[in-house]
Amino acid sequence: MGDAALIQALQGIVGEQHVLHSPADLAAYAVDATPLLRSLPTVVVFPGSTAEVKAILELATAQGVPVIPRGAASNLSGGTIAINAGIMLNMNRMNQIIEIDAANLTATVEPGVTTAQLAREADARGLFYPPDPGSQVISTMGGNVAENAGGLRGLKYGVTRDYVMGLEAVLPNGAVLRTGGKNAKDVAGYDLTRLLVGSEGTLAVITEVTVKLIPKPETKRAALAVFNALEDAARAVARIIESRIIPCTLEIMDQGTIKAVEDFAHVGLPTDAAAVLLIEQDGARAVVDSDIELAGKICREEGARAVSVAATVEEGTKLAEARRFALPALARLRPTCVLEDATVPRSNLAEMIRFINATAKKYNLTICTFGHAGDGNLHPTCPCDERDHEEIERVEHAFAEIFDKALSLGGTITGEHGVGISKQDYLEWKIGEAGVAVSRGIKAAFDPANILNPGKVLPKATRKRLVVRQG
Amino acid sequence: MTATLAELKESLKHEEIINCMRCGFCLQACPTYKLSLHEPKSPRGRIALARAVAEGHLTLDQITGPLDQCIGCRACEVACPAGVHYGTILEAARATIVEHKHQGTLEKLVRKVGLKWVLGTPGGIKLGAFGLWFWQVTGLSWLARRTGLVKAVAGKAVAEMEAAMPKVPSPIKRFMGGGSGHVFPAIGEQRAKVGFFTGCIQEITFWKENRDAIALLQNAGCEVLIVPGQGCCGAVHTHTGEEGTSHDQAKRNIAAFEKCQIDYVVNAAGGCGAALKEYKLWLARDPEWAQRAAKFSASCRDISEILLALPPIPMGPRPGRVTLQDSCHMRNVQKLVSEPRKMLARVPALEFVEIGNADSCCGAGGVYNITQPETANAIGKDKAGRVKATGAQELVVTNPPCQLHMRASLMRSGMDKEGVRVVHIATVLRESMDAAKSQKK
Ligand SMILES: Cc1cc2nc3c(=O)[nH]c(=O)nc-3n(C[C@H](O)[C@H](O)[C@H](O)COP(=O)(O)OP(=O)(O)OC[C@H]3O[C@@H](n4cnc5c(N)ncnc54)[C@H](O)[C@@H]3O)c2cc1C
Repeated sequence: MGDAALIQALQGIVGEQHVLHSPADLAAYAVDATPLLRSLPTVVVFPGSTAEVKAILELATAQGVPVIPRGAASNLSGGTIAINAGIMLNMNRMNQIIEIDAANLTATVEPGVTTAQLAREADARGLFYPPDPGSQVISTMGGNVAENAGGLRGLKYGVTRDYVMGLEAVLPNGAVLRTGGKNAKDVAGYDLTRLLVGSEGTLAVITEVTVKLIPKPETKRAALAVFNALEDAARAVARIIESRIIPCTLEIMDQGTIKAVEDFAHVGLPTDAAAVLLIEQDGARAVVDSDIELAGKICREEGARAVSVAATVEEGTKLAEARRFALPALARLRPTCVLEDATVPRSNLAEMIRFINATAKKYNLTICTFGHAGDGNLHPTCPCDERDHEEIERVEHAFAEIFDKALSLGGTITGEHGVGISKQDYLEWKIGEAGVAVSRGIKAAFDPANILNPGKVLPKATRKRLVVRQG
Repeated sequence: MTATLAELKESLKHEEIINCMRCGFCLQACPTYKLSLHEPKSPRGRIALARAVAEGHLTLDQITGPLDQCIGCRACEVACPAGVHYGTILEAARATIVEHKHQGTLEKLVRKVGLKWVLGTPGGIKLGAFGLWFWQVTGLSWLARRTGLVKAVAGKAVAEMEAAMPKVPSPIKRFMGGGSGHVFPAIGEQRAKVGFFTGCIQEITFWKENRDAIALLQNAGCEVLIVPGQGCCGAVHTHTGEEGTSHDQAKRNIAAFEKCQIDYVVNAAGGCGAALKEYKLWLARDPEWAQRAAKFSASCRDISEILLALPPIPMGPRPGRVTLQDSCHMRNVQKLVSEPRKMLARVPALEFVEIGNADSCCGAGGVYNITQPETANAIGKDKAGRVKATGAQELVVTNPPCQLHMRASLMRSGMDKEGVRVVHIATVLRESMDAAKSQKK
């Protein structure tokens, strides 16, 4: 089938106004939030229903045309780049909240609903959808499920995976699959729900998501602690958790990030500090108060040179502002911003950050680190300039070493951004030969014609590990 | 005309384009994206298109349509975590398109007469005002509307705007009410000298609103001079890719205001005010003008902004429920959000309710409602529905194009028949001030 016939067939399925194919249209869909990548799809389609998704997939399978599911294209791993051209399948027309079930504490949404939209609607009913990726104003629930998105609240509340109870998804052959449901307990067969969570659009197209909601916490409070030494901050993190406090956010920023934030937003952070911790607790007022007081005390004991504890929710919001400015501040430094998510067990936090700093120095790069200290999910961020090919090469080498180090500390190559094409050549480092083999088997079982987001996740070639393991 | 890739890179401001990290945070802030859900109608998409041209993947022709679709509200700049100057990219792209595009005879004529001759010179603006008044009072307007002449010649969009246009005051009334060069004395202790920037369309069609603003300034202790020799702010020229003409406007205005002994340049049009404040960016690379522009921009104030900074004027009751639609450029460029709200809060008996999406464009966008009526009217219709949902009897605006467009939108929704009005904030404040005065009597 030629391109023209394909376009016509798709127009027949969704209607002419829901198909784009002019050169300009295609160029706008050639990119996502991942730096450096660009590839044109053949055609862009906006299905309005599960039935239309089904018809599109049947057509694509019959014709052997790649299909790339797409939410808001805010992913950072090249997940929505049409590397082999094909149909860009936009899910954003399917953007209705189908139901919020207060009796079962669930919400059922179409995949194009944004994370923030769901969180807002839940909040309006006194309920709470905790996963809060930094991109929540724009990211879609379909994209969150497909990437198993995390966020600031991961330590206490878990990630998207922990909230998905059921899915409707269309398989490449057009079969409509329903997994899970509203049951808290359900062990009927393989856990297909969890298999689809984090499948990055390579196994099925998600057309409906049912998530768990929880009651909204009564209140929250924040504290900000400033440290002269990274080790002190890391020890404070460990001790807070040892003291049986699980804060809802426990974020760290290193010196580079602090400097950038202060230059940009003038929030009053001391730029000679080695690290700041933002600690937030939510829940019943008495518990929140005692947790925050104790966390503040621990920080002081571990050598914090200043600890501010917010008296009110508004004051807390102000303290949290410093952390919110991390990305905007770093993104402004240079044209390109490489945002990674190497993750280590919490106990290795200080060592990992120190290694990142040493690696940056070795390759003559600026790499600033901030992230979710509580769950060890770090965001080493490298402001650079994609027009400087030599610099980009150094960036790639540096991050290869950083991923290797994270693995050697028992961590992972990606905590929440996914594999896509950015990390596929590192995947085997993490999941091993057996892991890759069984993943290939799963892919073949779902998508024998290899039309769904082909060329993603599974390794094309495995990178030689660059560094000899230390220790 | 063909340009080399290096030239295109330069004129499209590739330097600025590459600051976009494509996170997509702008999408939910963009009125045309929210309406269409199509990436080429979003800021991220449009930047990708400009970039594709600068890097040789597309031609200028191919991206003209999607760029024309942008209202230019610049809400995306507020949403952008990387601080990308979308306005700069958009204006550069439009200027590049105009420079390289083959224009039809009609377009050339409209650009020359409309933008260069009428709006491009103070004399042209005066002539335009006279023409419009003549059109309205002689019954030509009525005749043309009845016979469908306007619609046939200028299209439905212009016809609807024409019908929504308020009555233009007569040249005599305008002369008596204080025109160019007139000085309005401060009432009470004089605190500041103000040069009033009238705006071109504003001074023709919203003449009364300007006089309301001036009366407020007088009562707040300002001597107000209608600075002679001023013209259009030049915003309409940047929006239509006429960069050279826009810079001419800026220079003329700066020179005109420099001649007068004033502390502030004050205006009552959020869009014009934003342009005045951006002269410093427009002329930043012009060695002769950069400093003068910076000084001028720093002295500019919106009417709400300056009234808040001066001692409060006594206000009297002006009952009724109102809602407010922000002017995009006042909010997103001048960053004035709380100012108009604080001023409305000073009006006794006025009940203020938020419309819920006051930060999202009404669809007016300077001349957008004429060039892209379908999108503009769809957005205006949605906005009218939201006004209705608030139960407000008045929609308060801070910028004349919004006033005109929302008047037309309310008319289309039949809400004008239900008595719902669009009023400029200066009018609301003035009526409240007058109420206080008559109470005293
Ligand atoms: C500034 C910024 C901050 C971020 N912060 C975080 C963070 O804190 N935590 C985090 O986890 N991530 C974060 N991200 C990454 C990204 O936002 C998430 O991965 C998000 O889940 C992607 O959602 P999306 O709707 O944009 O999906 P897309 O980018 O459109 O797609 C992502 C993947 O999901 C697939 N997909 C999308 N929709 C469907 C569907 N309906 N069915 C099947 N497959 C589908 C796509 O094929 C692709 O592989 C951030 C990104 C940016 C730019």
